[in-house]
Amino acid sequence: MASRETTPKRGADSLLDVERTFWDRLAYLGRLFGRDRSGLMGAVLFLIVVVAALFAPLIAPYEPLEQNLRDAKLPPAWAEGGSRAHLFGTDNLGRDIFSRILYGTRVSLTVGFFGVLIASSLGLVFGAIAGYIGGRVDSTIMGIVNLILSLPYLLFVVVIAAILGRSLLNVILIFGITDAPIFARTTRGEVLRIRNSGYVESAVSAGARWGRIVFDHIIPNLIGPLITLGTFEMSRMIFYEAGLGFLGLSVPPSVPSWGNMLSAGRQYLTSSPWIATFPGLAIVFTSLGMNLLGDWLRDVLDPRMRRAR
Amino acid sequence: MQRYFLAKIGQSILLLFGVFVVVFMIVRVTGDPASLMLSREATPEQVEAFREKMGFNRPLVVQFFDFASRAILGDFGNSLHFRTPALPLVLERLPATVELAAAGLLMAVVIGIPLGLVGGFTPGSVVDSLGRAIALLGQSIPNFWLALILILFFAVRLGWFPSFGRDELKSMVLPGFVLGLPTMGQLVRLTRSAVLEIRGEDFIRTAHSKGLELKTIYRKHVLRNVAIPLVSVVGIQFGYMLGGSIIIETVFAWPGMGQLLQQAIGWRDYPLIQAVAVFTSFVVLGLNLLTDVAYAVIDPRIRYGK
Repeated sequence: MASRETTPKRGADSLLDVERTFWDRLAYLGRLFGRDRSGLMGAVLFLIVVVAALFAPLIAPYEPLEQNLRDAKLPPAWAEGGSRAHLFGTDNLGRDIFSRILYGTRVSLTVGFFGVLIASSLGLVFGAIAGYIGGRVDSTIMGIVNLILSLPYLLFVVVIAAILGRSLLNVILIFGITDAPIFARTTRGEVLRIRNSGYVESAVSAGARWGRIVFDHIIPNLIGPLITLGTFEMSRMIFYEAGLGFLGLSVPPSVPSWGNMLSAGRQYLTSSPWIATFPGLAIVFTSLGMNLLGDWLRDVLDPRMRRAR
Repeated sequence: MQRYFLAKIGQSILLLFGVFVVVFMIVRVTGDPASLMLSREATPEQVEAFREKMGFNRPLVVQFFDFASRAILGDFGNSLHFRTPALPLVLERLPATVELAAAGLLMAVVIGIPLGLVGGFTPGSVVDSLGRAIALLGQSIPNFWLALILILFFAVRLGWFPSFGRDELKSMVLPGFVLGLPTMGQLVRLTRSAVLEIRGEDFIRTAHSKGLELKTIYRKHVLRNVAIPLVSVVGIQFGYMLGGSIIIETVFAWPGMGQLLQQAIGWRDYPLIQAVAVFTSFVVLGLNLLTDVAYAVIDPRIRYGK
């Protein structure tokens, strides 16, 4: 789409203009953010987490595995007996909690990102096949989808994790596969809706081939709902990963993950409550950001589901 | 109407069969169920003998039909740890889990639905903001972590509630609240948006324009329509809590099915794990079926639709 140099100057209603340059689109996005404070806040929170994950080695004052038994169970810096050297205090082995939380973002975001990537890819393929082909293929795929969705999710995830053993790859695969049905169901619904819409009908009657319909009409309309769903599912996976870690079923105990930190901190809950407090706050921070962002994306990308306010 | 119910029951039976397949396959994903169930120190002879005893050396199809035909009758074999039939051990733990889930659901409904109703009728009010905050936090706070924090404050510092176990009514408050929190948030959201949506419908405008009293409109038209989606969510959430209480039960040492599962995992007691998984799924499927039936009874559009 060529940008026109001679775009006329636009007023407040420029949102309705059809031809937009990249910068117009960016400004539009900015205005949408400006209109919704909570969406902006969500984006900021999420960005902080991403930055923390990317630059953990630069920001963290200590190595996440560095033990120092002499400084074990130090309270946070602002509490009595706390030391400036350890902002959030230290755990039972004298490891710096702040540094471990920074490194923990990497585990959580890796699980969330790759989990959603696998789940959405699988879901997209199977959902699109079910919705587009229909008939017996559709009922078979949706039968399996409904079976998985009607199972008690957490219970099966816990059992599968226990059988497969503790590793990052296993956790990602478990979430990627068990979460695919949600994406498949959404994709199928959207494909059906789009296929039966007036604009696809008119494209077909104008002689468009199926490739054109799939790539020009169906896929662009799927992106919005799937991104929104992906945001919520990523936040859910970060939750469940921490829950598995808490039960001792996620990544190996040597890996600094929020779930593992919670699990270890639980044993010192009454004597050194900060060990379990901070990783939990980190999860709340991340999840809050992603949920706010998800709500905002839903409003912006899908006007049909616009929140009533 | 009868056809609708029969179709639903048929669907549930198919799903139960699917559960058998999944549970059967799960212990075989690593390829060797015998070494999965025995401790790592077991000698090859012991593994071989165990394989023989459990019938793992038979063809998969034979094993599956053996498993499924016994499972239908409630026979999951003996628990490896207790050396007694597995299912009675699970049933023994059922009341505790049901009690906990019911407490959680009750709190979620009693707090969540009124907040959502008030929020929907008065958007932007203080109560509405409170409800939306609860909805957001219920979604963003990991409940097992909140459990730890609440134990710290209400059990350790203030001593209001016991921090673990199941003896008196008081011991249900903390685990019930924590288990119900995500559902509470969801109910606030759902009730609120349902009220807002229905208030904008044409038939409500008609009711207003024909001069009905506000109270009548709210009670007869709005609330009745709000109740329909709520029934389905409440039913599904109850099942979700029954199957999702494992972490909360572990935190509070609540002697339910979740705790049993956690222990069985530690013992590598897979017959017991399979019994918990199948039985919980069975209960959840049953609840979903009941929800569907209730839904159809309340809303004639479902029965006659399609």
